[in-house]
Amino acid sequence: MDFSQLRNKQPRFRGLESGHRACTGCAEALAARLVTEAAGPDVMVANATGCLEIFTTPWPESAWRIPWVHSLFENASAVAAGMEAALKVQGKSTKVLAFGGDGSTFDIGFQSLSGMLERGQNVLYVCFDNEAYMNTGIQRSSSTPHAAMTTTSPPGKERMGKRHLKKDIVSIIAAHHIPYAATTSVAYPSDIRKKVRRAMAIEGPTFLQIHCPCPLGWGHEGYKSIEIARLAVQTGLFPLIELERGGLAGVMPLRNIRPVVDYLKEQQRFRHLFTDELRAKEELEHIQAIADHNIEIYNLRSDGHKDAFDSEGMDTVRRGGMRWA
Amino acid sequence: MLQALEGSQAVAQAVALCRPQVIAAYPITPQTHIVENISKLVADGKLKCEFISVESEFSAASVVLGAAIAGSRAYTASASQGILLMAEVLFNIAGLRVPLVMTCANRAISSPLSIWNDQQDSMAVRDAGWIQLYCADNQEAVDTTIQAYLIAERTELPVMVCMDGFTLTHTLEGIDIPTQEQVDNFLPAYKFSRTLNPQNPISLGTLVSPDFYSEARHSHHTAILNAQTEIIAVDQEWAKISGRCSGGLLTVEGPEEAKIAILIIGSVYGTLLAAMEEFPEEQPVKLIKLRSFRPFPIDALKAACEGLDDVIVLERAIGLGSGAIVGLEVTAALAELANPPKVHNFAAGLGGRDIPLEMLPRLLATLNEPSDRRLRIIDVELDKLPEEDR
Amino acid sequence: MIEIRIHGRGGQGNVVAAYLLAMAAFEEGRYGQAFPNFGAERRGAPVIAFVRIANEHILRRNQVLTPAFLIIQDQALLHVSGVTNGLLPGGKILVNSPQSSDELSQQLGKEVISIQASLLAKKILGRPVPNTALLAAFFALTGMLSQKSLRKVLQHKFQGIVLEKNLLLIQEAVGLVPAGIWQSEETNVASS
Repeated sequence: MDFSQLRNKQPRFRGLESGHRACTGCAEALAARLVTEAAGPDVMVANATGCLEIFTTPWPESAWRIPWVHSLFENASAVAAGMEAALKVQGKSTKVLAFGGDGSTFDIGFQSLSGMLERGQNVLYVCFDNEAYMNTGIQRSSSTPHAAMTTTSPPGKERMGKRHLKKDIVSIIAAHHIPYAATTSVAYPSDIRKKVRRAMAIEGPTFLQIHCPCPLGWGHEGYKSIEIARLAVQTGLFPLIELERGGLAGVMPLRNIRPVVDYLKEQQRFRHLFTDELRAKEELEHIQAIADHNIEIYNLRSDGHKDAFDSEGMDTVRRGGMRWA
Repeated sequence: MLQALEGSQAVAQAVALCRPQVIAAYPITPQTHIVENISKLVADGKLKCEFISVESEFSAASVVLGAAIAGSRAYTASASQGILLMAEVLFNIAGLRVPLVMTCANRAISSPLSIWNDQQDSMAVRDAGWIQLYCADNQEAVDTTIQAYLIAERTELPVMVCMDGFTLTHTLEGIDIPTQEQVDNFLPAYKFSRTLNPQNPISLGTLVSPDFYSEARHSHHTAILNAQTEIIAVDQEWAKISGRCSGGLLTVEGPEEAKIAILIIGSVYGTLLAAMEEFPEEQPVKLIKLRSFRPFPIDALKAACEGLDDVIVLERAIGLGSGAIVGLEVTAALAELANPPKVHNFAAGLGGRDIPLEMLPRLLATLNEPSDRRLRIIDVELDKLPEEDR
Repeated sequence: MIEIRIHGRGGQGNVVAAYLLAMAAFEEGRYGQAFPNFGAERRGAPVIAFVRIANEHILRRNQVLTPAFLIIQDQALLHVSGVTNGLLPGGKILVNSPQSSDELSQQLGKEVISIQASLLAKKILGRPVPNTALLAAFFALTGMLSQKSLRKVLQHKFQGIVLEKNLLLIQEAVGLVPAGIWQSEETNVASS
């Protein structure tokens, strides 16, 4: 078979076309494509300011095949809310999506996101979480993990990267008691698709946080994005969970839990943790403790139980015990 | 038929007559009565629309932006701090050329905190790319609100209808509310050329490189300037239906032979008209009511001021560190005349200070005083200040 | 043009009283204008509202500094500085007070009529809100506007049992003051 023809034979819908200006290995671009493929053509997107907005729409070009608007950094939720209200009055069933990075979700757009969720508006909010302000040149956000180096959390004599913890956004979102909130990772495409479809089927506010490595910001080669994203999940640092009405409804179990150093050592943003200094060792222990804590509270260990579908890289979400999503 | 209505109540009814489908607002004095009245119309089933009580003015403006590009007529209202919090969205709405209408219930800006009327708020966003129309009374506020939708939807420019907070919003007076039939005959169904539609997907609000930004700015600027024609035309069209003009770009009242004009913006108009009757012994004065501040009607202004000796500009805001806002624009416009009148710039009524009828003789007396070309706050009471601040 | 200033406290229906007065003017084919003195109104805080009634369209929007009439909803306000400021020579004061009209007139050196509006309101409405009783008395004293107009505007403002009780209240209030003693050429409005 001629593989160059393969794409042409695939009839599936693409919301985000190739040819955009993202960096090589940009996981956010891949995640956005996966989300729009799964969401289908009958959608509209309100996109916050950020890399995704910049690299997809250098005027007069656009990589989007769905109606798309960018207004500002902090108002994607509110713009989406207005679009949803308008479509509702017009009696249309088109679903509204809001896209934002971690900066616009965790930080500057958090208020309008909270407002939209509280009002119960029928919007799927997708946060492409690459853990810093990448568009402005890698500054720390409240999503930046503990000890990570960014241009505004540099390590030095007095500092070991970011001093604070990554904000637990999905718990805050879940506390709005919305029908569905979930985390997923670009390393698990069918998990993304499944969770998008699930959210699309719900009338009401839903939220997806997609972990997306940024080769430039995290300091790794572009081809390693997927591998690194998978390690984040496998170490327990980025647990894949689902929450319904605020309660934990499912987690992806980890059959082969990896130590956090396997994940951290792949990225330049953590390189200051790999020295002989005591404080570096302590920080590594801190980060391992964070992962252990996640594994504990979300019960990510797969109890040594092996079933035919529980394989690495597959969508193995355990819901309420052994029920399949 | 005249009804005794509070300004806010009348504006709420005017908004409802325009059949908006989405309304979003956040409460702020003195805008609250407008949205409260709209909420009641919605609750009573008299207005069928999505009323969204948002968590900030920032979101109010963002929600109506979203609604308008998704194909629905929308409305919001705010004032003062709310306008400033919205500021980023206001520029964005205008740049996207979204036909929205909002009411600004003009109020002073903090600090010091003042809930009372002046026009610093709308003046602060004068260059946001919106059309700004100022109302002299509540009838104008009603008529201008209705006209604003037609102007906005024809020009694809947002329109801010500015009405003085309290002085208009909280004043009960005789107001004619048009019938639904009159408004329906005047205002066609909402349309926006770039409405988002999955059948024909487009991208709005894209990144523009230096190669195109100047051109985008030029076309926006030109569109606002060209809107002068539409503002006049729409006022006349509404006059045919309602029998009332709201004053196009500007109006001139007073004796033909007068060599002095006072230019005002907003609700102080009536007080100065009454003052002209109250003080007939004063020298003849024309009263210029500037309705359209954006677009700034340079040609109409030049025509109105041709042959005058003095133009006194009385405004309700101040360009801190420079001087007049309206006044300096008037000065610049009139400088194009062969024999430009002398322009005297004053601010008064800041932060809700009452402007009494005696303001007229007080203003005219300044013509014999040293010139105030930049700006003087005419009703400032310097003895309240320590020596070094005077 | 007649200018009236109403002084009261937040919660006494000051603005409502001003609006009702102006609305009644429209009921009779005249022009009215009413606005509050725009305070950040809190329960119990002194508040002011202004009313103008005229036979022609009212242009001015400045505050009423020289009223022909003062309506004082809380007698304690009579002794607050500034409350009686600007009252025109021969201007009249209607006050909600248990003190007699003579006593108050003597104290202030101005023509004062008092009625126990709060007491009456408490009795009939169950709440000591003096505004409608004072309005009824004011209409009766000046003859400027008719009780019929007041009834009409009350019907716009209130419904059901509250309306019925208010209608009863204004009927009682009218009986407490001598009708027409403040009637003059001026109150016929046409004069200015």
